[in-house]
Amino acid sequence: MTARVLLIEDEPNITEAIRFILSRDGCDVTALADGAGAVAAVRAEMPDLVILDLMLPGVSGLEILAQLRADPVTQGLPVMMLTAKGQGRDREAAERAGANHFMTKPFSNDEMRAAVRALTGG
Amino acid sequence: MPFNILVLSCLAYVIFLFGVAWAAERRADRGRLGWLQSPLIYTLSLSIYCTAWTFYGAVGYAARSGLEFLTIYLGPTIVFIGWWWVLRKLVRIGRQQRVTSIADLISSRFGKSNLLGVIVTVIAVVAATPYIALQLQSVTLSFSVFASPTDDGFAPPGTEATAVWVAGGLALFTILFGTRNLDAKEQHHGIVTAIAVEAVVKLIALIAVGVFVVWGMADGPADMIARISASDVADWKLQPGRWTGLLFAAGAAVICLPRMFQVMVVENADERHLATASWAFPLYLFAMSLFIVPIAVMGLERLPATANPDMFVLTLPLAEGQGALAMLAFLGGFSSATSMVIVESIALATMVSNHVVMPVWLRLRPAKAVSGDVRRLVLLSRRMSIGVVLGLGYAYYRMSGGSTALAAIGLIAFVGVAQFLPAMIFGIFWRGATRIGAALGMTVGFVVWAYTLFLPSFGPGAVIPALVFVQGPFGIDWLRPQALFGVATMDPLLHALFWSMVLNTAAFLTGSLFTFPGPVERMQGAAFVRVFDTPSGSPRGWERGLADPEDLLVMSQRIMGDDDALVFFEAEAKGQGKAGYLPDPTPEFMARLERRLAGSVGAATAHAMMSQLAGRATVTVEDLMAVASESAQIMEYSARLESQQEEVTRTARALREANEKLMQLSIQKDAFLSQISHELRTPMTSIRAFSEILTEGDLPPEMVTNYGRIIHDEAKRLTRLLDDLLDLSVLENGTVQLNLGLANLSQMIDRALASASHTKPERSFVIHRDLPMENIFIRTDADRLVQVFINLISNARKYCDSDMPELRISVRQRGGRVTVDFADNGSGIPKASQALIFEKFARLTDQTRAGGAGLGLAICREVMANLGGTITYLPGQGGAAFRVAVPLRLERKTD
Repeated sequence: MTARVLLIEDEPNITEAIRFILSRDGCDVTALADGAGAVAAVRAEMPDLVILDLMLPGVSGLEILAQLRADPVTQGLPVMMLTAKGQGRDREAAERAGANHFMTKPFSNDEMRAAVRALTGG
Repeated sequence: MPFNILVLSCLAYVIFLFGVAWAAERRADRGRLGWLQSPLIYTLSLSIYCTAWTFYGAVGYAARSGLEFLTIYLGPTIVFIGWWWVLRKLVRIGRQQRVTSIADLISSRFGKSNLLGVIVTVIAVVAATPYIALQLQSVTLSFSVFASPTDDGFAPPGTEATAVWVAGGLALFTILFGTRNLDAKEQHHGIVTAIAVEAVVKLIALIAVGVFVVWGMADGPADMIARISASDVADWKLQPGRWTGLLFAAGAAVICLPRMFQVMVVENADERHLATASWAFPLYLFAMSLFIVPIAVMGLERLPATANPDMFVLTLPLAEGQGALAMLAFLGGFSSATSMVIVESIALATMVSNHVVMPVWLRLRPAKAVSGDVRRLVLLSRRMSIGVVLGLGYAYYRMSGGSTALAAIGLIAFVGVAQFLPAMIFGIFWRGATRIGAALGMTVGFVVWAYTLFLPSFGPGAVIPALVFVQGPFGIDWLRPQALFGVATMDPLLHALFWSMVLNTAAFLTGSLFTFPGPVERMQGAAFVRVFDTPSGSPRGWERGLADPEDLLVMSQRIMGDDDALVFFEAEAKGQGKAGYLPDPTPEFMARLERRLAGSVGAATAHAMMSQLAGRATVTVEDLMAVASESAQIMEYSARLESQQEEVTRTARALREANEKLMQLSIQKDAFLSQISHELRTPMTSIRAFSEILTEGDLPPEMVTNYGRIIHDEAKRLTRLLDDLLDLSVLENGTVQLNLGLANLSQMIDRALASASHTKPERSFVIHRDLPMENIFIRTDADRLVQVFINLISNARKYCDSDMPELRISVRQRGGRVTVDFADNGSGIPKASQALIFEKFARLTDQTRAGGAGLGLAICREVMANLGGTITYLPGQGGAAFRVAVPLRLERKTD
């Protein structure tokens, strides 16, 4: 079974890298460059995993996560948060908001692959 | 003397005065006031009390009525010596409240009521009209006495033509020098100095004629006294009633005449000058009056009986063949007339424009009250008022036929302005005086004056039908203009003075006792009556935080001009410990701003404009309740408590602000570290991921190239960020190496525009420049300055949200500094963010990015600090606007 991943990330180069890494590992990756339509997109796609950047134009990743967790339809979706800030505070905030995994930029490609496999049950 | 030479001498004299005024203005502009503000100049400027009437008319007066002319000098002497404490109070109030005229003083005292301003203005204009006519008449008369036909048959023009020319010339001179500055409190140094010179000229002229009469025509003082005793002048009987009345009228006039108020209060630079003037001005009057009787007696003795005694000062030297002396006397009379007309018309024009034109304009355009250039309107209305005032004077001269004796016309004006006296004196000594009382008193006094003295002065049948003089209006006997209530035996002047003052005062007191002063009136009343107790006037009146500082700034720019307003607001903000141009709207700031604006447009108008912005009509219900329920003691006690409480509040506010600042700094430091981490990690993430992909192999060649390019771009982005950070740290430590040299500003802007033209998004941008102004050579570090320009231009390109984006670059040079303003036509920067934009990583939307790392403006600020200049955000310019200021010549640090 192909795992479907929805990636919400505003840096085009990072999006390209993650898409490449996960596609080669057999995932189907859809990317979104800003947070405005993110919640609606998640509801429409119902992916197996959401990868969410913490700092997005217009709206914070934490805000999107809170909305996903508040909605019964998307409540149980696995979400992995990405951040370039890398401070302990941000990790705590993300976990409190209900993130299943938290990854700091920069990451190694193995790390990324392993985390996605674990979260999608592959 | 040939007419042409006479006209030429007058012109030469006027040009000389112009030169004096111009030189004094220049001195004042350069801030070197020095002797311009000496008590001597002040005293001499007060001598505009002595007009052509005193110069020519006093001799005529003495010839007709003996020593009675002395009352005109004694009245002011008594006021200056005996009532100097009244004058001191007036001057103190005038300075503290930035009073611009006597109308402003009275309007301001009674709750900034514009109705009173209008009443005072109308009375002043009507009363001054005969007085100005008198000056025109005396100059015209002296011209016709002096000028003789030339040999080639050229006859001097008729008196009417002369009067037109004199009136026009005076209007022109007054407009040129009296309406250059807008703020009446900036004071007319040029005019005052020219008037001081004229004071000296008229004194010397009169004394010279006197000396010639006593020692040249008679054989010294002893002979002169013998001649006086032998003449008719010695036989005049003293009339105690007239003496008292005239002393009173002259004393009142010296305080109430608009021109005297102008030089005594408005132009006063230092209260201590009044101490000197209190003895020096009476001395000047004494010197002016010393030779009046000898000249009058000699004139009656030597000149034919048909000669006009008003012209003896001129005709005596002429009859004796003393051409040069006569010329001096002529110039003395000319000086007296010109100085009076100039100051009088400036004073009246200020009143007309502030109390009539401006309020009407405000009412006609209530919605846009603070838009448009108010300054031009004010100046234009003042200029036109000067023309109107002189035109009225000319009309009166024509209507009254120019035949009445000079002294009689002058006294009409004296009694007219004396109608201000009750409102003014009670106003500054009695807190119970009210607006209604003042309005009633002045209106009644004015009507009585007009009916009994002013209108009859045109002659029976001219305005009031002759029959009314005999039978009274509608046959009501006790309303005859010169015999009110059946008092028929009184001298007409005394009659008018008596009834107008009695009825005026009675109406004023009745009105005051039966009405209750409004809150603003009570505040102003307290501020006026107790002016010596409260050093800064009344701090109450405006409440904190009701007005928006940016709106206030925009309005002030319209009135004070862009630069003066920005300087004032910046200083006020600095006083509150804030950077930028927007101080908090504290009550103290609002009061200072109101006084400052009042200096330009008058108290009532300034108050109305500020009230519009502070969102209230005049006063709040709370104000009303508080004032209505308090007794005087409670008010004083609470005022004291309030000032203490305000002190504590101020300290607490300062502490709180300092604390907030420290907290902000600490938060900023954390945020800075977190931001740097983010900015470094983002490109590193791409680099790491793609380099791992590349090492894993198995890629088509075009993808290798593509991913290689991404790694390269991201590495460059990292380098740029590190460069910016290093640049910032070097600039902040002040260890930067500046490369100083002369560079052309225009070329620097060209370079910046060229560099910034690649900024994304690419779109057409209209740039407005002022190339001639840009042509300045600046000694600075050109590369660094261009770096700042590039930043500002690319910011405008990136963030200006207008559909038709425009950028205006304007350059100004002043003092040793050059300012370059960059203003776009977008929606500008929200007020809350204006203080933050120069901080590191202060991209306005917290979680977003628009390309750069957010260090641009922080670097600009540091660059400008290193270049000895500043970069500031200019609020109130429509779009986003930045001002870069650099010194014209930056010197290398010599430590």
